[in-house]
Amino acid sequence: MSTPSAVAAGTQSGSAVRSAPSFETVIRPPVDIFEDADGITLLADVPGVSKEHLNVHVDGNALLLEGEVSSGENVTKYRRSFTLGRELRTDSIEAKVKDGVLTVRIAKRAEDRPRKIAIQ
Amino acid sequence: MFTTISRFENVLFGEFRRLQREAEAVGSFGAVNVNTTPQQVEIFLSAPGIDPKALDVSIEKNVLRVSGKREVQLDAKATRSRQERYSGEFQRVLTLPEDVDSERVEASYVDGVVRISVQRREAPKPRQIEIH
Repeated sequence: MSTPSAVAAGTQSGSAVRSAPSFETVIRPPVDIFEDADGITLLADVPGVSKEHLNVHVDGNALLLEGEVSSGENVTKYRRSFTLGRELRTDSIEAKVKDGVLTVRIAKRAEDRPRKIAIQ
Repeated sequence: MFTTISRFENVLFGEFRRLQREAEAVGSFGAVNVNTTPQQVEIFLSAPGIDPKALDVSIEKNVLRVSGKREVQLDAKATRSRQERYSGEFQRVLTLPEDVDSERVEASYVDGVVRISVQRREAPKPRQIEIH
C-alpha cells in the first residue's frame, strides 16, 4: 500500500519551504444492508468522518452518501450511491453516525409491509 | 494490430485495477497511516464501529501491536441482503523508528479512528567542544 509512505513523504516535504501537493482519495465505503418487515437498515464504514462532514442526500429514488475527512494536506472522500426500491419511503429516512459508522434507516410503505389477514 | 490493442488494454485495465485495489485498501477496515516528525510518530488506524475498551494496544521496544475485534450483529428478525463490512478479529503490527520512547505513548479513539502517538527520544545535538 503506497498511501502511508505518501502521507509520510507529504508531511516531510510539508515541513520544508515548498508546500507539498495535496492528495485526494475517493473511497467507496463498504456497506451492510439489513432488511426487516418495516424497512431497511444500511451501515457504512466512514472512519474519520464526523457528523459535520457527512451528507446523506435523497433525489427521487437515488440515495447518495458523501463524507469527507482531511488530515494535513490529504483529503479522503467517501462517496456511494444506491437506487432505492419503490417500496421504500424516501420521505422517512433517519441517519446517524457513531464511531465512524453511518447508519441509515429507511421505512417501507405501509401498504408494502407484510400484514396478517384476519380470517372472518 | 489487434494484439497491440489488447496488450494496450491489458496495460490500461491492469493499471486501473491496481488503482481500484489501492483505493479499496485505503478504505478497508484496519488501514494504517503513519505520520513521522522528528519529535513523534503518529499512527492512525481505521477501526470504525468498535468498542475502544476491547482494543489492545501494546508496545515493546519499537514494535507496536494493535489488536481487537469487530462484531457485526444481526437482528434475528432481519435478513442481510448485502455484507461488505469486515467482521471478526484483526491485528496490526508496526515497526516504528528505533528512537521511539515506549514509555511515552498516548492512544485515543475518535470517529472510528485509533490515533496512537509515540514520542521520540531527543536526537543528540552536535556539541561544540572547547579546547583549553
